[in-house]
Amino acid sequence: MKFGVIVFPGSNCDHDAYHVLSKHVGQPVDFVWHKQTDLNGYDALIVPGGFSYGDYLRAGALAKFSPVMNAVKDFAAAGKFVFGVCNGFQILCEAGLLPGALMRNSNLHFVCRHVNVRVENGATPFTSELGRGEVLSIPIAHAEGNYVCDDRTLAELEANKQIVFRYCDENGETTAEANPNGSLSNIAGILNREGNVLGMMPHPERACEELLGSNDGRDIFRSLTKAIEKSVA
Amino acid sequence: MKAKVYVTLKPSVLDPQGKAIHHSVELLGYEQIEDVRQGKYFEIALDANVSEIDARQTAEQIAKNVLANPVIEDYRVEIA
Repeated sequence: MKFGVIVFPGSNCDHDAYHVLSKHVGQPVDFVWHKQTDLNGYDALIVPGGFSYGDYLRAGALAKFSPVMNAVKDFAAAGKFVFGVCNGFQILCEAGLLPGALMRNSNLHFVCRHVNVRVENGATPFTSELGRGEVLSIPIAHAEGNYVCDDRTLAELEANKQIVFRYCDENGETTAEANPNGSLSNIAGILNREGNVLGMMPHPERACEELLGSNDGRDIFRSLTKAIEKSVA
Repeated sequence: MKAKVYVTLKPSVLDPQGKAIHHSVELLGYEQIEDVRQGKYFEIALDANVSEIDARQTAEQIAKNVLANPVIEDYRVEIA
């Protein structure tokens, strides 16, 4: 099993992801520079957070033209796992690997704090170690996390159980007050229709050690590891 | 030859930045303002030998594929 962490100019959560995969998940992992076009040998790719290309034009808009992204599209089309966090989620939306878009937070603030998210679907390759309804404490750090899509797309996301995480309060209620950025339907993370590409704004790689205030993010990476084991068996 | 590209949020999409600008404008005492929407403006310089039709086609493609996100934005191209 091998993970790849894609590195764009301006990525800044690549080392966090690498650390978690190597130390807490205990799997081999490489950094993959954005000019690389051969992704053979990898079982899953992490598209990490940060400010790729300085967030110029729109967050994630220029990263989608990096040479690696065509290979990432082929990788995803082959059914392999792709996991975008924060800026990685924005990039996957811009690249058309996930539906919708992430806009400026409705409160206009850069919000950097722990939030609660509820697991909406515990039967995905990324959440099999979690239960539906479970509440996780995971930090967010973004100014453009306000998820939007048209009504038809939202209905499809609901019908296909593609909404994986929603912002909620500590009791698991998805209230307006618990929504840190104005996201449609409190959406914090979504899956593609095929179920192998996940994007989420909260940073599970920053929530894998008690020392950092929460280790609720670990089970997401552990779920993914199990899914890879199953897929290559 | 110059192409001007205007990128604007779709009417159905909320614009929190435009709202904040509207609020500041009201604080200045302009009470008759109903709404402010923020957009982006691009100038693309093209080779002087390019025909207007080709320039428009090129600018439309760039606007569609790069400058605007069709999920949330519309665009308009002018050739000058």
